[in-house]
Amino acid sequence: MQRRDFLQLAALGGGAVSIAGLAGCASLKGSPDEFYFVQLSDAHWGFQGPPNPDARGTLPKAVAAVGALPEPPDFIVFTGDLTHTTDDPAERRRRMTEFKQVIAPLDGRVIHFMPGEHDAALDRGAAFKELFGETYYRFDHKGVHFMTLDNVSDRGTSLGAEQLEWMKTELAKLDPKAPLVVFTHRPLFPLVPKWDWHTRDGAQAIELLMAHENVTVFYGHIHQEHHFQTGHIAHHSARSLMFPLPAPGTAEKPLPLAWDPAAPYRGLGWRGIELEGSKAALTEHPINPAVEART
Amino acid sequence: MRRRLLLALAGTGLLGLGLGRGRAQAAPREIEITAQRFHFTPNVIALTAGEPVLLKIHALDFTHGFYIPDLDQRIDLIPGRVVTLSITPVNPGKLHFLCDNFCGDGHEGMDGVFEVSA
Repeated sequence: MQRRDFLQLAALGGGAVSIAGLAGCASLKGSPDEFYFVQLSDAHWGFQGPPNPDARGTLPKAVAAVGALPEPPDFIVFTGDLTHTTDDPAERRRRMTEFKQVIAPLDGRVIHFMPGEHDAALDRGAAFKELFGETYYRFDHKGVHFMTLDNVSDRGTSLGAEQLEWMKTELAKLDPKAPLVVFTHRPLFPLVPKWDWHTRDGAQAIELLMAHENVTVFYGHIHQEHHFQTGHIAHHSARSLMFPLPAPGTAEKPLPLAWDPAAPYRGLGWRGIELEGSKAALTEHPINPAVEART
Repeated sequence: MRRRLLLALAGTGLLGLGLGRGRAQAAPREIEITAQRFHFTPNVIALTAGEPVLLKIHALDFTHGFYIPDLDQRIDLIPGRVVTLSITPVNPGKLHFLCDNFCGDGHEGMDGVFEVSA
């Protein structure tokens, strides 16, 4: 099965396909290989409450769906808030351990993890590092550079001088014309500052990235699909696997939307991203395709 | 010697004599705010446009943040200390403030508003 067929099938199955520019890839000398990966975000494992009566069942549904994809993704990335925050360090580790058990059906796949503030802010990433590894790092795959950033371990929602210096050093090693994909938890740009939907020193990170011609950022945190452009850099946020949040700036506070028994799991889902030549094809996979199909 | 010391102090502004400036300006109104997981008290505060105020903020349990996006002003609130922030709202309307240091399960609702009248 060709990936194009997979995308069409995914769309027919309730997924929404959109084409977003992985800007400038067309101008590269020799396109990188085609491949696709999956983004899951904001599982908030350990959360309990009315916004999701199936709190322990939603992530397993997503894991099962990813595991059943007709063509396995090259890798999977979780863009933070794997677990819901807790003050208790032992409970935090228990939730992280249980999260790993829940996603065990994906064992054998390449999985990249990064923290959200719920995972890492209260202990500055200590438990996350013990159980998942470094909070920011870089890797390459089939001609595309990837960089994960940590804008959550600092309680002040900053990348910090040390990480910005690391970014600068790493970016200097790369061809500025090569495609670069960045993963963060929080938006790097000031989406809704009054909801704390920003990164305090995100402008400095964007300035560093601006020197590269083909940059796309995938992030989480806001529990919904959202697309934004800063200059030539595209920013795409993903849905949550626990509860949706209000559209940017449309409510008094960024608190979970109520569960709708008539439309269970509405707004929850994950994403497939195919990098193909000059385009990134984003396929949104709702947890409950039937709900999305009738709305 | 005494004259030299006075001149030196005047040079640093420590004397605060305000010579030639007429009457000293009235001290800004002080407003006390307490920060505690996961709320500010009070969290609705009336202000007047153009009136300078001094916020005296006391965190009880965590290094919360105090952030006023529309004024681009923020400060860390160190527990056990009274932290001050001077603001002067320019226009009538609402000015939101929030904790911008992630402080736990409930952080997302830790905010308040200055209601600024004309």
